Amino acid sequence: MTITPETVAFAIMSVLVLGGGLGVVSSRNLIHAALYLALTLFGVAGLYALFEAPFLAAVQVLVYLGAIAVLVTITIMVTRRLMGITENVNRQWPVAALIAVLAAAILGFVVISQFAGVYPTQAVPPDTIERMGQSFASHQGFLLPFEVASVLLLAAMIGAIVVARD
Amino acid sequence: MADVLASLADIYTTIGNLLTRLFVDVLGASPELASGIIKFLGAGLLATSVLLILVFNIWFERKVMARIQDRIGPNRVGPWGIFQTVADLAKLFTKEIIIPDGADLVPFMIAPVISVMSVVLIWAVVPFAPTLIGTDLNIGALYFVAVSSLGVVSILLAGWSSNNKYALLGAFRGVAMLVSYEVPFVLALLVPVILSGSMRMGDIVRAQSIPFLVVMPVAALIFWIASVAEVGRQPFDVIEGESEIVSGYHIEYSGFAFAMFYAAEWAHGFTVCALMTVLFLGGWRGPGAEQIPTLGIVYFLGKTFLVYFFQVWTRAILPRMRIDHILSFSWKFLVPLSLVLLVLSVLADKLGQLYIPGYAVAGSFVDLLPRTALLLVVTLIVGGLAALWVAGLGRRERRRQEAALSVASIEGRAAQQAR
Repeated sequence: MTITPETVAFAIMSVLVLGGGLGVVSSRNLIHAALYLALTLFGVAGLYALFEAPFLAAVQVLVYLGAIAVLVTITIMVTRRLMGITENVNRQWPVAALIAVLAAAILGFVVISQFAGVYPTQAVPPDTIERMGQSFASHQGFLLPFEVASVLLLAAMIGAIVVARD
Repeated sequence: MADVLASLADIYTTIGNLLTRLFVDVLGASPELASGIIKFLGAGLLATSVLLILVFNIWFERKVMARIQDRIGPNRVGPWGIFQTVADLAKLFTKEIIIPDGADLVPFMIAPVISVMSVVLIWAVVPFAPTLIGTDLNIGALYFVAVSSLGVVSILLAGWSSNNKYALLGAFRGVAMLVSYEVPFVLALLVPVILSGSMRMGDIVRAQSIPFLVVMPVAALIFWIASVAEVGRQPFDVIEGESEIVSGYHIEYSGFAFAMFYAAEWAHGFTVCALMTVLFLGGWRGPGAEQIPTLGIVYFLGKTFLVYFFQVWTRAILPRMRIDHILSFSWKFLVPLSLVLLVLSVLADKLGQLYIPGYAVAGSFVDLLPRTALLLVVTLIVGGLAALWVAGLGRRERRRQEAALSVASIEGRAAQQAR
């Protein structure tokens, strides 16, 4: 295996994602957990950029870092007594650990059995954005799911405005 | 001679070629390595010049504001006080960084870095001239929205990790404002993207044979208001309100850490002017800029400084708005207005393409005239109706308050007479 700039970048991003994920579940301070989550999400954005999906990377940063991580952090900050929890003992931890290990094993099995040794056979086309736009707007593509999601988001936004008006 | 002139006309490409030749022929690097080194140098140069131009901008802003307020402004260090900022920077750099007790050290020190990063990264997609752009990403417009949203994270981090209630309050209301204004910001940004049919910043500039400011003045205004709010300048400077929350989210920062927040804020102020120039004023376009790319940066900087002057002007003359007024202005006025504007203009554009002969969506100044006229009419009707609606709301509110006032004064007089 040769070391290319891509492998180095992949290694850095993987460390960010995995280390951040570990930090999320292991830190006692909830704010720190939220910040580790932001780090993980940033690493995922980096992976998308590395896999030549710049649109997905930008949306990941915009939505997950700019909105969801901020939302989670603010929610933790404004929730009373959430910050003061010192005892983090949960009696159900063996069950949770078992489920987590099982889920990881299943996901790992699926990924390795299906995609191990599979590499992309052709280069990424240069006009990915145009293709994506066309598949969103054509009825052979994803017109219906796209419109349904748009209407849902619009309804949520109008709902927020209505709530704010009262 | 003609060769020299031609190479001077596109000085950016010439310098790039010269550097490539220097690395490949003289120093014996491979072409890939040479292009990598040049990209690295270019990124460093760009980021440095963004921060260096601040030295001038801060002086410019202080001087203009002083003149508007009938003062002289900086006048001690150098001619017209032009080196005042250098002296201020030297002072800031020598100050100690004080870390308060109970501060969360790592987030506390990372916050200023993210704040500068989120601004400087935007410049990677700003086209200075036809042949001078950091990287012409095919998602340029989305990219700068994404990286500038990192600024919110830095404010939240700074406010929380300082372990100071004023910092936290400032961060909360600042984040509430920034998140609210991101919606009209993006909706107004969609207008140039749709009109030019591309998110590539270079294409957006190339599509503006007629600047989008003329085609869609109301969208430009919404974009401008939202971007001033994103920067957090007057009248939207609730992130730091000296009279209310001391200094806002960066109250506990000192020395170089404070200088980074300060630099990020002022650089952001200049950056939104550059974005306004690129998206609505035609970027580097101007007489002869197509043939002589070297001229592009002159037009670009000229327009950007014009917009910057306008920003300083509004900053100097407007008072601070109340936070609830700011938020309702965004959610109850700017967001609905920009949604209506977006939908109607897209509809009008499509109908125009179908039914109006000679309707072109790209081309020269003359080709674009029918489209400009149609969209301008739509924009002005929507904007005019919105203005009338707001004026009506204001009149009703004033009548209500006057009625309440007169009832109160009558009651007061009656009570006095009874006594």
